[in-house]
Amino acid sequence: MGEAAWPSLPDCFFIRRGVILNLFKRLRRGNLGDNIFGFVVLLFGVSILVIMAGIVFQLWLQSAPSREKFGWSFLWSTAYDVQRQNYGAGVFIYGTLVTAFIALILAAPVGVGIAAYLVEIAPRRLNRVVGSMVELLAAVPSIVYGLWGFYALNPFLRDYIAPPLQAVLGWLPPFSGEFVGTSVFTASVVLAIMILPTVAAVSRDVLRAVPDAQREAMLALGATRWEMFSRAVLPYAKSGVLGAAILGLGRAAGETMAVTFIIGNNPQIFKSLFGQGATIASEIAAKWQEASGLTLPVLMELGLVLFAITIIINISARLLVMLLVRGPRGGLRA
Amino acid sequence: MTRVVRWQLLVAGLLAIMAVAVSGCATTASSSGGGNKGGGGSNGGGADVKAASTLNGAGATFPEPIYQQIFKQMASKEGIQVNYNGVGSTGGIQQFTKGTVAFGASDAPMTDQEVKAVKGNVMHVATFGGAAVAAYNLKGVKKLNLTGAVLADIFAGKIKKWNDPAIARLNPNAKLPDANIVTVHRSDGSGTTNMFTGYLSAISPYWKQHFGYSTEINWPSGIGGDGNDGVAGQIQQNPNSIGYIGLEYAKANKIPYANIGQKPGKYVTASVQTAKNGLSQGKIPNDLRATISTQAPFQGNAYPAVNYTYLLVHKNMSDLAQCKAVAQTAWYITHQGQKLGPGQNYVPIPQSVKVKDEQEIKSMKAQGQKCYSGK
Repeated sequence: MGEAAWPSLPDCFFIRRGVILNLFKRLRRGNLGDNIFGFVVLLFGVSILVIMAGIVFQLWLQSAPSREKFGWSFLWSTAYDVQRQNYGAGVFIYGTLVTAFIALILAAPVGVGIAAYLVEIAPRRLNRVVGSMVELLAAVPSIVYGLWGFYALNPFLRDYIAPPLQAVLGWLPPFSGEFVGTSVFTASVVLAIMILPTVAAVSRDVLRAVPDAQREAMLALGATRWEMFSRAVLPYAKSGVLGAAILGLGRAAGETMAVTFIIGNNPQIFKSLFGQGATIASEIAAKWQEASGLTLPVLMELGLVLFAITIIINISARLLVMLLVRGPRGGLRA
Repeated sequence: MTRVVRWQLLVAGLLAIMAVAVSGCATTASSSGGGNKGGGGSNGGGADVKAASTLNGAGATFPEPIYQQIFKQMASKEGIQVNYNGVGSTGGIQQFTKGTVAFGASDAPMTDQEVKAVKGNVMHVATFGGAAVAAYNLKGVKKLNLTGAVLADIFAGKIKKWNDPAIARLNPNAKLPDANIVTVHRSDGSGTTNMFTGYLSAISPYWKQHFGYSTEINWPSGIGGDGNDGVAGQIQQNPNSIGYIGLEYAKANKIPYANIGQKPGKYVTASVQTAKNGLSQGKIPNDLRATISTQAPFQGNAYPAVNYTYLLVHKNMSDLAQCKAVAQTAWYITHQGQKLGPGQNYVPIPQSVKVKDEQEIKSMKAQGQKCYSGK
């Protein structure tokens, strides 16, 4: 409540207006109901921090034997030796990052394209139908994508996509070797499809939030639709679109069941995308059940590493957005 | 001033939630400490103590289907309700060691270290035999013959193509494709892996030196599948693949598997009978901890990649009623329950092993008394 709300208050020489206002404010703060409400909501707000801290704390605690044995070199060591109980996170970090980035490269252009179509081109009715379908896709449980990837996409890639890809790009190391359905490549494609709705839905909301004045101004200058989109809309929504992509990247990095199905669960630094690999999440999913001795702490530490990777991805996304966004002032933030 | 109040509130809230979280942790920790509790729990002593009417067990997934069937029968015939949780062999050993279950179950015998962890208070009761078969997916190849040495070379990555002379020599009539061999193995720790690699170690010095045998192996290449169904799924989805799965699983799902021979020309098709032939040739120590497949080759029509699955029971228990129920359960599985085995493609235990099982069950004690009172 501002001072303007009390214009008629007498300006006595011994009671200044400010003092009375403060008194009122204090009285208001003394309201029991408000206090309880404030406290309860505060608890809810704090709970998210506590839950996060609790998870990290537990992972830290339970991974102690692994941390003590391998130290910091766990992070870059590519050792994976069951017999000698020598483990490193290197292969899994590698697998996680490679699959997530390939998924993003595949999904980001398509996702933004879907969003552009829905916002700029599609008639309103179609927009609604396709839009809700995109959201529906985002709600499909990941295990369903895994099954689909395993039984439907896998033979399709093997019969129709891999042969031409190999014929053209086979000389490049990432596409060398014989294509096996269960491979890093298949896993990346499934991940791309999984994060596509996320990227598309968020980008659509971001593009829709671009003020129409922006578009009208561009069109008034005689721009084509493409020019309007690429010069006025996209720069305006750049940070939001980037945020959508990062959201997808985060989801791809943490994806578990679908990847476990189709990546081949072979802890190695794969050179070809047609080989098998493993991600942090898939390794945990594949191993936790029979984990004993040192394996369990190792899995816990892998969980900690995944946590850190997700945080790093998010922070670097913020930094990237801050660096990149020098476009029009007032541009949308992710 | 307001700032300070807010911070105090924040800290108070944090502490409150932390307290809840910590107390939660404390309860889980203490629950794992107690041993052999639950169920009847009457500590009266004396011969009139009845067997507990409910029992909790956990462990291997391999014998789970047959155990569930036996336990169902037991519930109606013997009045003991056994809850079995197929959490996997390692999980079974862990829960048994912590004492959260009355008995454990494992496909691979406990290691010396694991036995030490329970202070030697464990006996392995062999309940059923199982076999690991080499299932494959080769278009148009209905019958595939392999020797142990060739099988080891395939999984070691030394033989890379299906039309390799080493394989072609054993299968003169088969149309083997000019394609890479895709090997499939278990990504989780598994007793099936133990018995399969046990056989490879027995046959191939190269395998023994580089990979050995265990529930988990440093596989040189190939696809990892989760569980029998995961491996079978990978084999069916990927042409030109070969992997190992349990005989009972291959039979139930009609997945073709290779005949294994010691020498070219003499091949054995895995079946309940040939697996039993293999098992009965294996030597088993008095504590029954063994991986029979490591003793291959066997004579005659005997399938080599075989081993037992075990019930893990305590030599000494604190609760007599529980102990009686465990002894009765172990006895039932190794006697009446055996009849159910072949129908489900589980291999019944040979007589020589049954005798050892009986000795163990009869030696179980609680509160100074024998737990098994029977036939």
